[in-house]
This record gives sequence, structure tokens and C-alpha cells, in this order.
Amino acid sequence: MTQPATNEPAIAVKDLTRRFGDFTAVDNITFDVGAGEVFGFLGANGAGKTTAIKMLIGLLAPTSGSAHVAGLDVATQTEQIRRRIGYMSQKFSLYEDLTVLENIALYGGIYGLTSRLIAERSSTMLETLGLTNQLVGKLPLGWKQKLAFSVALLHEPAVIFLDEPTGGVDPITRRQFWELIYEAAAKGTTVFVTTHYMDEAEYCDRISIMVDGRIVTLGSPRQLKAQWKVDTIDELFVRLARAS
Amino acid sequence: MTSTLRAFIVKELHHILRDRQTLIILLLMPLVQVVLFGFALRSDVRDVRLVIVDPSPDYATIALRDRLIAGRRFKIIDVAQSMNAVEPLFRQGKADVIMAFEPGFAEHLQSDGPAKVMLVVDASDPNTATTMQIYARAVTMSYQSEITSQRANGVQIIPEVRMRFNPTLESVNLFLPGLIALVLTLVSALMTAISLSREKERGTLEILLVSPLRPWQIIVGKVLPYLGLAFANAVTALLAARLIFHVPFRGSLILLLFECLLYSMVSLSLGVFVAAVTDSQRVAMLISLLVTMLPSSLLSGMVFPIASMPKVLQVISNIVPARWFIVIARGIMLKGVGLDYLWRPTLVLAFMTVLLMTIAMKAFKPRVA
Amino acid sequence: MTDPAVVVRNISRKFGATEALTDISFDVSHGEIFGLVGPDGAGKTTLFRILTTLLIPDTGTATVLGLDVVRDLWAVRSRVGYMPGKFSLYGDLTVEENLTFFASVFGTTVEKGYQLIAPIYRQIEPFKERRADALSGGMKQKLALSCALVHRPDILFLDEPTTGVDAVSRREFWDQLGHLRESGLTVVVSTPYMDEAIRCDRVGLIQGGRLLEIDAPADIVRKYPLPLFAVTGNDRYRLLLALRKAPHAHSVYPFGSELHFTDDRANADLAMLSAELETYMKAQGFEDTTAHSIPAGIEDSFIEAITSRTPRAS
Repeated sequence: MTQPATNEPAIAVKDLTRRFGDFTAVDNITFDVGAGEVFGFLGANGAGKTTAIKMLIGLLAPTSGSAHVAGLDVATQTEQIRRRIGYMSQKFSLYEDLTVLENIALYGGIYGLTSRLIAERSSTMLETLGLTNQLVGKLPLGWKQKLAFSVALLHEPAVIFLDEPTGGVDPITRRQFWELIYEAAAKGTTVFVTTHYMDEAEYCDRISIMVDGRIVTLGSPRQLKAQWKVDTIDELFVRLARAS
Repeated sequence: MTSTLRAFIVKELHHILRDRQTLIILLLMPLVQVVLFGFALRSDVRDVRLVIVDPSPDYATIALRDRLIAGRRFKIIDVAQSMNAVEPLFRQGKADVIMAFEPGFAEHLQSDGPAKVMLVVDASDPNTATTMQIYARAVTMSYQSEITSQRANGVQIIPEVRMRFNPTLESVNLFLPGLIALVLTLVSALMTAISLSREKERGTLEILLVSPLRPWQIIVGKVLPYLGLAFANAVTALLAARLIFHVPFRGSLILLLFECLLYSMVSLSLGVFVAAVTDSQRVAMLISLLVTMLPSSLLSGMVFPIASMPKVLQVISNIVPARWFIVIARGIMLKGVGLDYLWRPTLVLAFMTVLLMTIAMKAFKPRVA
Repeated sequence: MTDPAVVVRNISRKFGATEALTDISFDVSHGEIFGLVGPDGAGKTTLFRILTTLLIPDTGTATVLGLDVVRDLWAVRSRVGYMPGKFSLYGDLTVEENLTFFASVFGTTVEKGYQLIAPIYRQIEPFKERRADALSGGMKQKLALSCALVHRPDILFLDEPTTGVDAVSRREFWDQLGHLRESGLTVVVSTPYMDEAIRCDRVGLIQGGRLLEIDAPADIVRKYPLPLFAVTGNDRYRLLLALRKAPHAHSVYPFGSELHFTDDRANADLAMLSAELETYMKAQGFEDTTAHSIPAGIEDSFIEAITSRTPRAS
């Protein structure tokens, strides 16, 4: 199941820092993400987003500071964390030369689901998405992304990390994807997403903007627009990114 | 985590079975290697081309001659009266062994003194040389024991073996021309193929195409640096051969360098062709390895003598450019011959260059598809 | 020059069983910025490759600057500037080396083209000794554009020049395109970003290998066929689902902080419809919602163009 209803944040980050030699990629960031929240993690290329995410999913060790995901420490409990989270990025989603069902079986196997569970969830997924079993490579891009998202949720993780999941997709499919995100969040999954589309930032419950390794602003889109006196998050982003 | 492992194994099997190109290469390459090695490794020698020098033929020399061909290992291709007459045959590579009887062979045999017979073997290929030597010695020894048993006098035949072109039977001398060929092949064919296909993959080739540059100009622009590189490599290899291994250098250095350049051009053309017909660096690399390095090392006579390969492979080796280059290189370095003997293999290489370059240019279309 | 800079008539192209382009026709006038807007897989790159003579169409004809793209390919190639996707640059060459190389490929020098590229190149000139793969996305973009311009082409084809680049650089890039237009250059550019469409003189919306609409952006949105409303409220996801069940709901999609609701009654009175909406939402139990009619944007038009051409599933 997703997770017990607690008051503990799904993601708790405190003074998280990562240095590479004398270059500080992530500079003392602190924030929390509540259970079932849709959190938008924004920043220009090179601002440190990818490094931060890698630390949160246990791929990179922090230089200092701490982070807890689903109650587990990213520095010491990486194995357990990987079982409780899902990950999907634009660059890699599914194996193109395997069919839909084969991909599901693969991920199910990796996360230790029983074959019965895999079979159940496979047929549900195909039904929900309205797909027939075929080679993933033959699907149009939008379908691949939606499928990849569903597969990342297969093992019902507490937190799912999405790295620019809607790049290059047509406007309708993009919105359908976000409806899937809303559905997942409504069921209690915490969604941590990065995106280049500033209008998608508005779909989030709260967002943060990273510039040069630091978080320069954090809050709900409505709050931030009022605070910075802008009409859109796009304007805010441009202003903050240009200032660096 | 056995379910994970199983899941991965199933996935990998799917990948392998569905990637037809890689599957074919993976299956064929070991097969080809096994077959080639199996055949080429046979080190026994057949049909050694023997030339007899017999200034005063008599019953003993004729008897020995008959014995030599009786075993079907040797085949007499000429009989002459003096060494001078048969030297050219040897140099041209038309003869493998010279057996020279001293004048008055039978007399010496009868009169108790050693009857000398000199064996001259082309040892620029030590494997074959030793084997030929052993066969010749065996035949003469068995004849000798026959004669000795018929007469009480214990006469000896002393074969004087002189390894003609490789007095110390250094394997280095054998391998070096082949190694130079391999080095040139590597730089020219493989690198050109990779460089061109990397251009394709990166997308920069598209920009080059949408410009006034004609395909042949793009090819030449790519190929020339590698020609220069190959030349530098040839010079370095030859320097190393001379200074470190003391490989003899009996012929013209300039001719050798020219032939190196010619051989590089053949390999370059092959590399361009491979890059023109493949889609990715990975495939280009695999295919150019398959069609250049493998034949160059196994079928060129570099390691395994062509003469001991089955007829089929001998025929195939004719289209392996390295084979001709090795003939040329060995000729120049070890035998000291010049263009007057080597014009034929040179012409073959030149023809291959023109042919392959034309095919490569045609394959390199000015459009993406 | 009165002939159109680009003329495309009934171009189609297949790859195996996939129809990459189906019956594409349009013109581009001299000195205009023409945008080809559509998602990945729409056929933009295929069309660009045909126009830059890299690909032969299965059917149809195309001319660039009056020259046939199939027959006169060498003439075309000497006069176009081309920037394929993903900034095809030589990563292991420096900025300066890249520029000099591409200049020499066209038989010219950096000096001769400097005036044209200066506004762009000057921004990266301080980095000219740096290797191209060590540049940021925005700088690579500027370099790629400079390399495409250095031989002073008569027309530019830019295939997704702003993909993978941050928002600030994207804006700057379009500013530069505007400057180029002023010098008389014709620019044909493709992009998946809808918000960039308004910066073009004319726009072609392309999806699934077909051209859905071609017109000036202002005219495209003016032609939006149905009443469009922006709806705000709390609990947006539940609101979305509820609105979809409204009678006469043609489509409901999230748009930033709002929901866009289109009503299928084409010529109805807008005030009446928005009042109806607000009543409906209250009835469904949503407090604090507002609905007011808005003019359509490019994205709304694109969505409507796709929807009206796709058979409804259920």
C-alpha cells in the first residue's frame, strides 16, 4: 500500500549539500514535501536540480546535510528507499523492443511482486489506458510516457520522482498525463516533478525554484505570484533565472 | 532477489533474440574464427616446390630425386646445372627449396667420403622452413641408411642447410611485415569507418551535406588525415623494426613507403564503404573489424602460411589486400627485391584501391535517404 | 522578389509503413518568419529534410528560392542555412574552430559573414577558445545559429532550435530571430512550444504528418469556433472531473492555474453560458469558483484542431 497516514513529511530535506571538488552543485537546500502533495521542482539547466534529485533517490551521496524520503535516510538506507519510490524520466522510460506486458513483468519482477499481482495489475493497466499489448517501440511518444508513468507506479510507491516527463509531447497528451498525476496524488502518492513547461508549474500544489544550487523561492503558485507581483510563474522564472 | 534476476535474464534474452544484426555477428564471428583457425593451423606442408641443382647427374642423384617426389611432399619444378640458373626462381618465390648436389656425388658416395648435398630453404617463413627441412632430411637419411646397409662402408650424406633469407630464423622477421599491415589496416579502415559514422550519429553530417560540398570532397577531407596518420604509423613501425628488432632491410625504403601508402588507401576505401552503408558507430566498428582485421590476420599469410591452407581459403586469400602487401613487404625487407619482381602484387593493390574507392564514393549518397 | 521563398505542394513521405507526411501544401513569403508548430513525431524534421534536399518526397513538389529541391539540389544547398535538431556541432572543437570550419565548408570566411552574425556571436565570442561540448545549452544554440548564418544564406531552416534550452535563452533566441528578419532573411523554424508560435509571422500547426491550420497566429485564434471560458476554483482535479460531466461540455483541460472549458453551443450568448457554468459548479458543491469568457490562445486552437480531426473514442 502507499503509506500509513502520518504527519511525517514524505520528503524531508535539511541543509542538503553536494560538492564536486570545489564546485558546489547543491548548496544547503531545505524543504519538506507532504504526503499526497504534487511538488514542482524547477530550475534552469545546470542549476543543480538533477544533482539534488539523484541524492533524493539514493544515486548520489550527499556531502553534508540530510534528506529523508518516505521516512528513510537517503545516505544510509538507499536499498530500502529504492523499494518505496518510483522514478520516471524523459530520457528513459521503457524498453522499446519489449512488449507492454513484458515491460510490466520486468519491473514487477525487479520490485519483487508476485506473478499473480503482476498479472492482475497488468490487465488493469491495459484497460485503464485503453491499450492492446504490443511492442513499446511502436507506440506514439505520448502513449509511451503515459505507460511509463503507470509502470513506475506498479509497485505502489510512496513517492514518485518524475524528471521532465512531458517533453516534446502534444498539448492534449500533456494534459492527460497531468490528470494521471492528479489521480495518483489523490490516492496518496507524493509526486515530485521537474518540468520546463512553466504552465505545468501551476498544476502543482507547491513549487520551488533553484538557481545556482540554492532554492531562491518556495510556495504555492498563487502565493508566489502574489509575493513577487507577477502574473505567471513563467515571468517569475525568467526574472529569477536572469538575475543569476 | 531471484525474481529480479530472473526478470533480467528474460529481458536480456528478448533483447538478444530481437536484435537481428548483432545476433548474426555474434553467431557468425565465433564460427568464422573456429573454421579459419581450424584450417589454418594445420602446419604440415604439402607440395613443396623443389628445385634440383645437379651438375653431374648420376644414379645416386637420380635415385634421391625419385625418393623425394615419391612421398608426394615435394614436387620438382626444375632441374638445372648450376645455382645461378635457379636463384631467380627462388627469389621470385616460385621455389621453396633448392637441393644442390655437389659434382661427382655418386663417386664421393662410393669412395667413402661424405657426399655433400646442400639444402637451401626459404626461411622467411620459419614454420614452413623447418618442416621442409625435416622432410628433406628424412628422405635423404633414409636413402643413406639404405645405401649404407648395402655397402659396409658407412657413407654419410651431410645436408648443408642454409636458411636463405632468414639466417637466424627470427620470427620477428616473419611477423613484422604482417604487423605493419595490421597497424595500417587498423588506422585506415577502422578509424575511418568510426569517424564517418560518428559524423552521421552526431548529426553534423547533415549540415555538411546541405552545403556545396560534394560527397567525394567530404570523403577526401575525412580520409586524408588518416592517410597521413597511417603513413606516420608505417614510418614508426619500420623504425622500430630496424632499431629494436634489427629486422633486415635489404630493399628500397622509398618503394616500401610507397607500398605502405598504397595499402593504406585500400584500407581507407574499405573503411569509407563500411561507414557509408551502416547506420551507427557500433555496427560500423563491428563490420569493419570483421572484413578487415580478421582476414588480414588469418588469411594473409601473416601467421599461417597460405600454402598450407585448403584450396578454398587460398583462393579467398587472393582478395585479402593484406596478403599482397605482405608479399611485397617481405620481398622488399627480407629478399631485397624491387619493382621488377613486385610489379604484379603492386598492380593488384592499385586496382583494389581504385575499385573500392569507386564503390565507396557511389555508396556515399548525397542524401540522407 | 515576388515569388514565394518556399512553395510546397502535396508533399507526402512514408517510412516503411509509417506515413510521416501526408499531403502537405503551403507557401512561405520572403522575409517572413514561418513557424511549424507541433509535437514530436508530427513530421517537422521530415519536412525540413525534404526542403533542405536531404530527403526525396514520395509524391508532391517543393521549391526553395524558386529552385526545385529534387532536381536543383546543389543550387539549393549553396544558398540555405540549416540548423538540424540537437545543435549538431563538433563537441571536441572550440567555438572558433567550429565557426571557421563551417565558414570554409561554404567557401567563405568568418570575416565576410561577421556583420550578419555579430549580434549573436558577440555573446559567445569571449568563450571562443572553449570546446563546444563544454558550453551551456543556450550558448550551443547561439553557436549553432552563428554557424548556420556565417555564409550569409538567403533562407534559414531551423529545426527545433529551442528544444532542451532554458526559458531565458529561448526568449533571447526569438529576439535574435526578430532582428534577423529585419535584415531581410527568410526564416523557417519548427518548435514544439506553443507559446513561441505568436512570435512568428505565420504558423503551420502540424500533427501526425498533417497540416491542421496555416495562418497568422492572430487569425488562427480569431477563428476559434466555440465559446471558451476560464474557470478558477479550489480542488481543481475534482472540479475538472465534474465539469466534464456538464451538459454541453465540449472539452475541459487544465491551463496553468485555470481550467479551460469549451461549450458546444457555437453562437450562444457568452454571459448566459458563464452564468450557467457558475450555477452548475455551485450545484456540484464547489464554492468560490468563477467562470469568465476568454479569447482563445494558440494552444487552445491546437487542441481544438487535433480534437476535431480525431474521431471521438466514446
